[in-house]
Amino acid sequence: MDAHLTCRAERRFAGGSTIEATLQIPEPGFSVTVLFGPSGSGKTTVLRLLAGLERADTGSIRMGGTTWSDANRGLHLPPQARNLGFLPQAYSLFPHLSVAENLAFGLAAQTVPERAVRVAELLKLLDLQGLAARRPAELSGGQQQRVALGRALARRPGLLLLDEPLSALDQPAQLRLRRELRDLLRRLDIPTVLVTHDRAEALHLGDRLVVMDQGRVCQSGEIQAVFDRPTDPAVARILGVETVVRGQVESIVEGLATLRVGPARILAADPGGLGHEAFACIRGEDVAVERSSGLASGTTARNRLPARITALSPEGALMRVSLDCGFPLAALVTRQACLDLGLSEGDQVCAILKAAAVHLIPHD
Amino acid sequence: MDWQAIRLSLWLASLTTVLLLVLGLPLAYWLAFSRRRWKFLVEAVVAMPLVLPPTVLGFYLLLAMGPRSPFGRGWENLFGRTLPFSFEGLLIASVLYSLPFMIQPLASAFAAVDRGLIEASWCLGVSRFRTFFRVIAPLSWAGILTGIVLAFAHTLGEFGVVLMVGGNLPGRTRTVSIAIYDQVQAMDYGPAARTAALLLGVSFLVLTFTYALRRHQRKPWTLI
Repeated sequence: MDAHLTCRAERRFAGGSTIEATLQIPEPGFSVTVLFGPSGSGKTTVLRLLAGLERADTGSIRMGGTTWSDANRGLHLPPQARNLGFLPQAYSLFPHLSVAENLAFGLAAQTVPERAVRVAELLKLLDLQGLAARRPAELSGGQQQRVALGRALARRPGLLLLDEPLSALDQPAQLRLRRELRDLLRRLDIPTVLVTHDRAEALHLGDRLVVMDQGRVCQSGEIQAVFDRPTDPAVARILGVETVVRGQVESIVEGLATLRVGPARILAADPGGLGHEAFACIRGEDVAVERSSGLASGTTARNRLPARITALSPEGALMRVSLDCGFPLAALVTRQACLDLGLSEGDQVCAILKAAAVHLIPHD
Repeated sequence: MDWQAIRLSLWLASLTTVLLLVLGLPLAYWLAFSRRRWKFLVEAVVAMPLVLPPTVLGFYLLLAMGPRSPFGRGWENLFGRTLPFSFEGLLIASVLYSLPFMIQPLASAFAAVDRGLIEASWCLGVSRFRTFFRVIAPLSWAGILTGIVLAFAHTLGEFGVVLMVGGNLPGRTRTVSIAIYDQVQAMDYGPAARTAALLLGVSFLVLTFTYALRRHQRKPWTLI
């Protein structure tokens, strides 16, 4: 069966850069597809291709049985014909209109009473009561964001496009609104494509992840699957897996591969298809630090790497411990644990990590 | 004072301004948003009256309106009258002569409207045509006002083109600036001074009004 939305399109810019947009939304109804990647990776262009604000040079976009764009046939539906809700990063509220007029802007086809009902609904839904007569300039950032979202929702769109919806807000507001936004989208039951460069936001809001880098889609899939198994080092780096190191595959015995990284040996689960070299991806959360450097007694962890602490940097309630065990390795531990062990820079310790937590990516 | 000439000038300036607004809105929109490679050519043509001597413009207009040009002949066949030295001919000449004074403020105001607002309107299902009237035009009011004022004031004060194309027929093509010229030529300084003072007063009032309305805009000084 065809996916609800299929986008396979390419946009070439005059400067020589090309943005490749490849993504799918399998079914109608609530789901959040996150376009994730560093700035300049082309996320916004993909959103603009979906909106019809950019014209694809090759490829096609199909949504729910309608062809929105097909470069081969010279077909390009303008944004007006796509019934979508678009929340631009800058919100782009009409400065000469009140909140109520902004919300009703796309409802010109309805009668005046119908419009009034819908505006009242939106004001209530987005908790904007009492602000209907205000101008956008008289609103706080969070209020502007809600008006822009309400305006995008007013016509009950079939697809919602959100470009960094929370990035203009301060940190506490972002954290609060992430939860609210996901709850709201679930209630509205609209497929959503959301652009972000914030890993926590992607994890929090998304169901599916589309990782972009340098104008192309590197990987896409269920969010956990992508985070657990990045297909190449670029994706791993973008996703923020702390350690990505290259090594030689020494042996594969009973599904366990031994990877030589400099002087160190890392045991890891064999993902299949290993050649001579591979990248090991290790997340800081999966690395433990121990004082003693003796042999393991009662642990199932297969990797015990002698290491030296090169730096300690606090990150909220956690402490990032940078280690040198022949290759740089980052561990993320609680600050309390760090205090209890009396860790300090230059200390000789032991880095402990489960073979199952090391993700190998073949690289020949 | 030559009230007939004053009435004629006001009527001519008003009609010219209305025509220029009707022509200018789509043309300025095209100039502001088109990505055609040859756009600069159109820009240059529109700006020509700024630098061309009025007599040169008037000369070519006279040739174009004359019975030997296809345009002049076509007009005569259609309306049964010739264009040179008529009010209609003067109106056409004024529209061309004041074109840049309307187009340039409009085009720069349209181009200054945040692209994101225009795209937001499109994504809300609003057509390009309606987006112009609901977003671009309301946000460009200062530029539109400037265009109207400049086109009106410029037409009110034009001299060379009128002389070339319109001649000096009382009640038909004798505008206020021609009347002043005639009065001075006839050493009739009294009425000339009064008419000149009236034009000065009107120009000053109109510009004062415009700047007062625009005093909260960011750029001071520049009208165009």
